[in-house]
Amino acid sequence: MNQQAVLRVEGICKKLDGKSILDDCSLTVNRGELKVLIGPSGAGKSTFLQSINCLIPPDAGEIYLEGQRLDRADTAALCAFRAQVGMIFQDFNLFDHLTAEENVAIALRKVRGMNASDAKDRAQNELARVGLARRALLYPAQLSGGQKQRVAIARALAMDPKVILLDEPTSALDPELVGEVLAVIRDLASGGMTMVMATHQMDFARALATEILFMERGRIIEQGAPETLLAEGSNTRTRDFCLRLLEMGA
Amino acid sequence: MLDTVFLANELLPALNRGLLVSLALIIPSASLGFAGGVLLGCARAFGPLWLRRLGDAYTALIRGVPLAVQLMMIYYALPKFGIFFPPFGAAMTSFILCTAAYQSEYVRGALLSIRQGQIRAAQALGFSTLQTITWIIIPQAARRALPGCGNEIVYLIKYSSLAYLVTCMELMGEGKVIASDTFRFTEVFLAVGAYYLAMVTLASLLLRRLEDRFHIPGFGMR
Repeated sequence: MNQQAVLRVEGICKKLDGKSILDDCSLTVNRGELKVLIGPSGAGKSTFLQSINCLIPPDAGEIYLEGQRLDRADTAALCAFRAQVGMIFQDFNLFDHLTAEENVAIALRKVRGMNASDAKDRAQNELARVGLARRALLYPAQLSGGQKQRVAIARALAMDPKVILLDEPTSALDPELVGEVLAVIRDLASGGMTMVMATHQMDFARALATEILFMERGRIIEQGAPETLLAEGSNTRTRDFCLRLLEMGA
Repeated sequence: MLDTVFLANELLPALNRGLLVSLALIIPSASLGFAGGVLLGCARAFGPLWLRRLGDAYTALIRGVPLAVQLMMIYYALPKFGIFFPPFGAAMTSFILCTAAYQSEYVRGALLSIRQGQIRAAQALGFSTLQTITWIIIPQAARRALPGCGNEIVYLIKYSSLAYLVTCMELMGEGKVIASDTFRFTEVFLAVGAYYLAMVTLASLLLRRLEDRFHIPGFGMR
């Protein structure tokens, strides 16, 4: 094995109000891989992704970035870890008081300590990469949903993340805007970006995923290459779920 | 009939004198009261439970008692405990305490209106708690709080007229003395009213400027 595990997550558990939300979830992502989390709503996909960078602190489990264990009690280490792990949210979460360009530049300046003009140049480049060079001076309220999500992706990319976590990046978008965001993610995948993505876009998952992880009631119950899990007659929960999604016209 | 001699020789000099005292009361009270309101508002929004309770109790007390009564307490009751204030100091102290309580309500509301997602996004980028507060929460909350806080300053300008109750000779006090001496209540208080109107108009103008200066699409209607 000359492939290196960029992110390794072991035995993540999370309880809320005595109810188990995540039960012993583990995941390993090697460089350049795209792992796709699928499963019904409430399965814990979003909680799992957010517990990987401790936005939702897990009750138990270990997280390793490039083999180095994360000490969650050490806030400085946690900030440094988060700065290397990109996160894309379902509802974008752009900073409402900053322009697209400032949204991308602010973490470069405040977290990376870059000077204002370098950060601005970098922000311009990243916005150009997601096709938004001409929208740099607009505020989030002046952008469409698809544009907001692309700015959010540019913001994550500017930090040179080792891995990007995407939490249903297209779920909050109007159908006609889904394509532009998926196109950007597709470019990242073909450019070798390491990613973990929760999604309901099955065609996308089938075409690009290195591995699909099927989650239900807080557990990863099936995982494997898309062609195996989704093969005709494979009789997996994953295939069953996808067929039902198709029936609903999703 | 307009009595220009009375106006020019008696009324306006007295009111101008009062105006200076009023401004000397209002400007520090508004600034310090605002600063106090920000601290109190932060404590009430994010503080530990005991601090929140304490802040809530303070605000409930101040909001529940007329300012005139608070003034009386500070000027007449505190000396019984050995704390003495001159009239001007008593007025300023009570205005600061009062305006801080009201300002804290606007600040608290603005802080609580910041969406959780904004904070999560900052954390996900590696911001520390202090950086998140400085660069994300405060710039947004300040914009949300500005109209309310400005409104409170306008109130303060007008309730500063209560200072004459504790013999602090500001605009209202000077007017009252002249009116009692000359029995020209109508002229005197028309003039006093005009002075306050001018102050409030000026303050509103400045506040509007400030709002325009910090305006961002998506915050407020304009």
